[in-house]
Amino acid sequence: MKNMIAIFEKQIKDTLRNKTVLIQFLMFPVITLIMNNTVKIPNMPENFFVNLFATMYIGMAPLTSIAAVISEEKEKNTLRVLVLSNVKPYEYLLGIGSYVWLACMTGSLVICMAGHHGWKTGLIFMGIMAVGIFISLLVGAVIGIGCRTQMMATSITVPVMMVFSFLPMLSLFNGTVAKIARFVYSEQISLMLGGITNFELTAERIGVIGVNIFIAALVFMATFRKCKLA
Amino acid sequence: MKDCIKVEQLSVRFSDDPVLDHLSFAVPEGMIFGLLGPSGAGKTTLIKVLTGQLCQNEGKAELFGKDTRRLTAAEHGNIGAMLDNCGLYERLTVYENLSFYADIYHTSHQEIPDILKSIGLYEARKTPVSELSKGMTNRLSLARALMNHAKLLFLDEPTSGLDPVTTREIHDILLEQRKKGTTVFLTTHNMFEAESICDYVILLNRGNIIEQGKPADICRRYDHMNKLHITLTDDTELTLDNDSTSAPAIKEYLEQNRIRSIHSSEPTLEIAFIELTGKGLQ
Repeated sequence: MKNMIAIFEKQIKDTLRNKTVLIQFLMFPVITLIMNNTVKIPNMPENFFVNLFATMYIGMAPLTSIAAVISEEKEKNTLRVLVLSNVKPYEYLLGIGSYVWLACMTGSLVICMAGHHGWKTGLIFMGIMAVGIFISLLVGAVIGIGCRTQMMATSITVPVMMVFSFLPMLSLFNGTVAKIARFVYSEQISLMLGGITNFELTAERIGVIGVNIFIAALVFMATFRKCKLA
Repeated sequence: MKDCIKVEQLSVRFSDDPVLDHLSFAVPEGMIFGLLGPSGAGKTTLIKVLTGQLCQNEGKAELFGKDTRRLTAAEHGNIGAMLDNCGLYERLTVYENLSFYADIYHTSHQEIPDILKSIGLYEARKTPVSELSKGMTNRLSLARALMNHAKLLFLDEPTSGLDPVTTREIHDILLEQRKKGTTVFLTTHNMFEAESICDYVILLNRGNIIEQGKPADICRRYDHMNKLHITLTDDTELTLDNDSTSAPAIKEYLEQNRIRSIHSSEPTLEIAFIELTGKGLQ
């Protein structure tokens, strides 16, 4: 636990000086605030920008941040030194993971407040975001652990992030894409956020998100076993 | 004296290429042990095996009597490592780096100023690591390795690429550690480093131990390489054996006042290495 807290605190200090990661946490909350307060289009669905950017935030921020942090530590050998210093892999992953998750949840809170939600819908919004961020964290950790360098991680993160972030938006315009996107967690998250005022947790949504978590966890464990942390 | 490290018939292969070939040696506690060899000799691979980062294909490697493939928290707690790549957080300051590792090693933060003063980095404590020179980064890396008061220090080329003053400072720190009873296992391709601070050295070439012993003993074994180089006043250069057989000739030149300069070339570890392999250490 002490090691986990030390890693968590180290990551706060490091992120505050790491513009590449910092911008991932701040970009979408700021864009949401600006767009939601400045752009008004007739017949635009309620909280259109909030839901759109919240989904993109889930697909991008946790995934790119955790992949960047882990791959940088691998590339610069700090992870090897930590493992030699008796830091257990789970302590490291929980320390970094909880940091990115909390940072993204803080960003989500800003997006939530931009949507002027009440207490109940606000809590549901944050709950949905928490689950989405968790799945993206797993996907990002898989990339981070599997790549030896940051450059390698970025080249994989970008297409993966594009798929998860833009699939819900593309499915609005194309029926075929929508049929496929149903099986992806970001689409289900997007649908839940869109219908948050009449929130209903259907079996399909639970099933798709559950299977997505299961697959992500399975791939995570396989990657961890194959590549190790350092 | 108990053995801190024990290696028996250790072999490592990458694909089919042998990187370490049936190595056997032991490192007693409290000595500075040098692994001397050119780039690609297998020095870093051996450190990786000994620290449990890499598994051998054959043989046995033990650290504090425990198989390196099954090192526990207790053994890891007794190891300090300064690896080939520094492994410091570049955006954090010197102090923040040590403060983080103090948390990881569960040591007191109050020790940090003293450690920084001992390695001459106290004035730079608020400087981000990315702004440090190579010498300062190496010293910080060594300070981090010293932070957990390890019984055994693994140092992979600790003075590589450093100026003579910084190299001397690092040597002083290592000698101080030996006085405290810490065992130091260092790799180097610098023969002067090995000769000046190591109690025992192994010469490694292409994964094989080609010579081992105390530096002075190894040099003595190659005493037949000890020569006298004489330059006469007419620019003639002579090379004579550095023993009594050359005495009459030298006496004669001296009486004739024909000697401009006279030098002896005592055998060094590098000369021994060249004799054994036909190539230099660099």
